[in-house]
Amino acid sequence: MSQLIKIEAVIRPQRIDEVKAALDEIGVTGMTVTEVRGTGKQKGYTQHYRGAEYTVNLIQKLKIEIVADETDVEKIVSAIATSARTGEIGDGKIFTIPVLDAIRIRTDERGSEAV
Amino acid sequence: MAQQKPLRRLLVVWLATLSMMLALFTPGSRVHAQTPLSGAPAWDAVKQGDQAGIANADFITKYDSTLKGDDGKVINDVAPEISGGDTAWMLVATALVLLMTPGLALFYAGMARAKNVLNVLMQSFIAMSIVTVVWVVIGYSLAFAPGNSAVGGTDFAMLSKVGQTTFTWNGTKMAIPHQVFMCFQMMFAVITPALISGAIVERMKFGVYCVFIALWSLMVYSPMAHMVWGPGGFLFKKGALDFAGGTVIHMTSGFSALVLAMLLGKRRLSSHDDTRPHNLPMTLIGTGILWFGWFGFNGGSAGASGGLAGSAFMVTHVAAAVAGLVWCFIEWVFVKKPTALGFASGAVAGLVAITPASGFVTATSAIIIGAVVPFLSYGAIQLKNKLQKYDDTLDVFAVHGIGGTWGAIATGIFADKAVNSLVPDDRGALMSAQLMSIGLAIAFGVVGTLVIGLALKVIFKGLAVSGNDEEIGLDLTQHDEVGYVQNGGAEATGFGGGLSGSQGAPALSPETAR
Repeated sequence: MSQLIKIEAVIRPQRIDEVKAALDEIGVTGMTVTEVRGTGKQKGYTQHYRGAEYTVNLIQKLKIEIVADETDVEKIVSAIATSARTGEIGDGKIFTIPVLDAIRIRTDERGSEAV
Repeated sequence: MAQQKPLRRLLVVWLATLSMMLALFTPGSRVHAQTPLSGAPAWDAVKQGDQAGIANADFITKYDSTLKGDDGKVINDVAPEISGGDTAWMLVATALVLLMTPGLALFYAGMARAKNVLNVLMQSFIAMSIVTVVWVVIGYSLAFAPGNSAVGGTDFAMLSKVGQTTFTWNGTKMAIPHQVFMCFQMMFAVITPALISGAIVERMKFGVYCVFIALWSLMVYSPMAHMVWGPGGFLFKKGALDFAGGTVIHMTSGFSALVLAMLLGKRRLSSHDDTRPHNLPMTLIGTGILWFGWFGFNGGSAGASGGLAGSAFMVTHVAAAVAGLVWCFIEWVFVKKPTALGFASGAVAGLVAITPASGFVTATSAIIIGAVVPFLSYGAIQLKNKLQKYDDTLDVFAVHGIGGTWGAIATGIFADKAVNSLVPDDRGALMSAQLMSIGLAIAFGVVGTLVIGLALKVIFKGLAVSGNDEEIGLDLTQHDEVGYVQNGGAEATGFGGGLSGSQGAPALSPETAR
């Protein structure tokens, strides 16, 4: 049984459509997307409410989680990186994490069969 | 047992409400029995004329035989016929003014944090109930019944003598039923204490707030309305002009808001707390409703349909439009971007400022009035932010207190005889009357709120909720409910089963959440 890898990508919310299209092109259809907030190198920004200033430094991002067979990981990572990139600070990060097992609830399939 | 207890409690509440209703409406129904549905029996006496000026209490609010027309005849002798057009407009205007209170609720609630949204909404909505009851029982009488120069008498208590026939209001024959006029004024009484709530959101005990607005309505609003609009009212006699309530409504509520915010104390915020408005679209919807309702507020204050109502309608719109725009420009200069909240604040400030002037000024003056008020209100807000001395959370003082004061002064400056023949020729006398009404509105608002606020603070052992309750949010701690259920409600298990609770208690009771 080959190793399963979870790809966690934190991206700019406005790039989600491009990323999904790029993943679709390489045949990846399964993913989980969550709205997250985080802080990194990207500075926050200020908002004004009746002249009172608020600095927002936990910035909204989207987190995409994909579990795939290790042989597919490079392909997926580069698809995400290319489609999510703007070149400015704040484009996000991608992490890969080993996964012990995957189980499809409907059929009890395991491992690569299940993702 | 667990089933019976809430049921029994419900029964007690029902009985209490029922007995209250009975107590309230017994004298009322007696009055109705005496008051014929049509004005017929009174009509003959009226037609003959009554030189004492007291033809029929049903349609005379001013027992004044000294008021004479140009021909030397007593004005109050013949009741006018009901005008279908006037009555139709005033009924619509009344409904429009009522709608302003839900509009205000949305305007305020959008600016609050999500955990307090229902409490803020309720502070406005509950005024629709509380003030209505107070108004019917005695409030209207204290404001509009003949009395002394400071407060009305008890002639109209329980709306006795407030009938379906026409009446005379301060020497003006009104072609609308007295009841319609009373209802129109009731909507003003409803929204005024609700305006104050913006200064004290996110921290005041709900029960204490309810008692406060009832007392405030009686002790501050009714006398103030009487002085400006009531028969024999002190400021009315002085010749002060306040078309739709700049002093009575916006100044008294604005200054009361400042005082109550100080009595209550600031919200206990840490420097990290995110206090940004949680839903500005809600605030903008509220602004739209307020703007729409304000046509009834100012246009209806003509008391009739026709040219004056149209003129008030027009300048109301112009001032709001200009003020929204100017506020955006100010922000463009000072914070680089025009904001939606800024536009909403400007529009409302413009509506506030034009209120006392609406039946007296031209469109050109409305542009000036609307253009000036954003500078004053925006400046007052920046001053508040800088001083950090009081937590007028939603800037009621800056918008209504300051905006209302400017409106009252502007009325003195721009009132035009060509718009309304009530405008006196003596500009100096008018100006001094305006300043006097400003002083009185401030004094009344400040002293009244201080007295009521301090008394309630002692009686209820503080006006504010505990720091812990404030942190959890007032929706949960004051009402045991939340405005927004997350995850489609998956956070709570157990089916409440309605009032009886027989299906098992909710797994997530407010107690455990705390």
